[in-house]
Amino acid sequence: MTSSSLARSKWRRFSRNRLALSGLLAFSVVTLACVLAPWLLQLDPNAIDLSASLQPPSARHWLGTDQTGHDMLARTLVAGRVSLLVGLCSVLLAIMIGALLGGLAGYFGRWVDNLIMRGVDVVMTFPTIIVLMTLAAVIGSGTGKTIVIIGLLSWPLVARLVRARILTLREMDFIAAARTFGAGHWYLLRRHLLPNTADVLLVFSSLGFVTAIMAEAGLSFLGLGVQLPDASWGSLISIARESSVLQQYPWIWLPSGCLIVITALSASFVGDGLRQAFDPRSERR
Amino acid sequence: MLKYLLSRVAANVPTLLAILIAVFFLISMAPGDPVDAFVPPTATLSAQQKEALRHELGLDRPLPVRFAHWLGQLAQGELGYRYKDGDKVSAAIARRLVPTFMLALAGLTLGSLLGVLAGVLAARRANGHIDHALSLAAYLAVSCPAFLVGILALYVFSLKLGWFPVGGYSTPGQEGWKDLVYHLVLPASALSIQFIAILMRYSRAGVLEAMNQDFIRTARAKGLSDNRVVLRHAFPNALIPIVTVIGSNFAALLGGAVFIETVFSWPGMGTLFLDGIESRDYPLIMGITLFMALTILAVNTLTDLLYCWIDPRIALR
Repeated sequence: MTSSSLARSKWRRFSRNRLALSGLLAFSVVTLACVLAPWLLQLDPNAIDLSASLQPPSARHWLGTDQTGHDMLARTLVAGRVSLLVGLCSVLLAIMIGALLGGLAGYFGRWVDNLIMRGVDVVMTFPTIIVLMTLAAVIGSGTGKTIVIIGLLSWPLVARLVRARILTLREMDFIAAARTFGAGHWYLLRRHLLPNTADVLLVFSSLGFVTAIMAEAGLSFLGLGVQLPDASWGSLISIARESSVLQQYPWIWLPSGCLIVITALSASFVGDGLRQAFDPRSERR
Repeated sequence: MLKYLLSRVAANVPTLLAILIAVFFLISMAPGDPVDAFVPPTATLSAQQKEALRHELGLDRPLPVRFAHWLGQLAQGELGYRYKDGDKVSAAIARRLVPTFMLALAGLTLGSLLGVLAGVLAARRANGHIDHALSLAAYLAVSCPAFLVGILALYVFSLKLGWFPVGGYSTPGQEGWKDLVYHLVLPASALSIQFIAILMRYSRAGVLEAMNQDFIRTARAKGLSDNRVVLRHAFPNALIPIVTVIGSNFAALLGGAVFIETVFSWPGMGTLFLDGIESRDYPLIMGITLFMALTILAVNTLTDLLYCWIDPRIALR
């Protein structure tokens, strides 16, 4: 089977799952809206309309305005760019670290495996947010640092998944064959072992994205993530920590809250759909 | 039994040691003079006195030596002083312990009961309408960050409907059980939402898996009612995965408590921790991190003990 027909058969199984398809659709709509809409509608998140502060939604400002008269539609959509970007980059970082360490642990076994997997256990016993907050205190906050902090914390799951896959691959004939041709450790890992973990990584990337985007929202809500002048959905919701905003001006925080939930929900539908499409045991679905 | 117990406790020692090392080296990377952690800010020291204290505390020695020294201090319950107000870290934690304990216990109890109940219900009606509705609700619940659940609950039930207080731990002047429950219901429910969803999924799967076993067929064959088959035969055999999930999600519950405490101005360890993070109060951060690590390891050990109470065969292996 060539790789394109493999992809097509996986896609066929994925697209039979209605939840997964609608998740993909919703996720694309949110992403496109955040990336393109501010540009298409000529919205400026930093434009200040001093005559209109704290206005409820209207024809001029579809989602109302905040204290300084910023248009909340523009603010929310541009904040979405930051949230999605942090989610994407930190998942990529987690995959790079996790695939490398998981690959090493699975391939070399013995003390390398022990050392890395004990590290995974330690990171995984802790409440994620506590470590995130501690790292934010030591490293600092801001968009770039938030990506690094979340990435540094999300790799253990990738490492576990990749290690498990490599443990089974390692015993297969094509690896033995490659060895008899004199393939070295690095060559085997790079050319034969890690490429065969692509499906595991694909499934992780959507589910890890959900965790990452929620972690970013949480950190930013506490004021430890994305910092002004940037804003993310989490930092827009943190404005509602002031009870007058929470009570009287729901249009400032509610749209961001809904978008986080929609994004997380649709990405986890996609993730579950991918898992089923790639899981040989769920062939009947 | 005793041997099993001891082996479980011993298995946690390397993890604890690794956590101690991680916390120590992480914090020692942080900017600032570590001597300040041991000086009540009310006392002003000359450079010379500071140097002497540094020597006395061993802070001029290499990191591994300092680590060993720090462990010694910990063993005596000495966590140092807060930068902010010179309060003893151990005393600050002790003051916040009860509110957090109340919140976590209420969230855990509520979450476990409702989660298992929903899971068993879903498994009884697997692939029916109730099952699908519950599983969709679970998806929604795990996609909603803890702080958003808290904010929405506060907005709807306290601000709009006025059923519950807008936060805090007690009404001054009328403290008591009733008042505590009145303040506790909303934050504890908000805290338990994700827990319910996760537990529901696993207990549903656990009960369904148990339903495929031979002894269930036997139970049915001897004419037991559906309810009795599920409650007396399938459910007890699904307890191990359920207890595993409760134990392994306890850490996430403690993490969620940070958000819930922030939203509801709950005077617990979560808000104290946030305060410590915001003011870069490293002794406090270290103290709370360690305390949480110990709590989580204790819960893990407790989970292991529960295993062998539920299924005594485990201790024999």
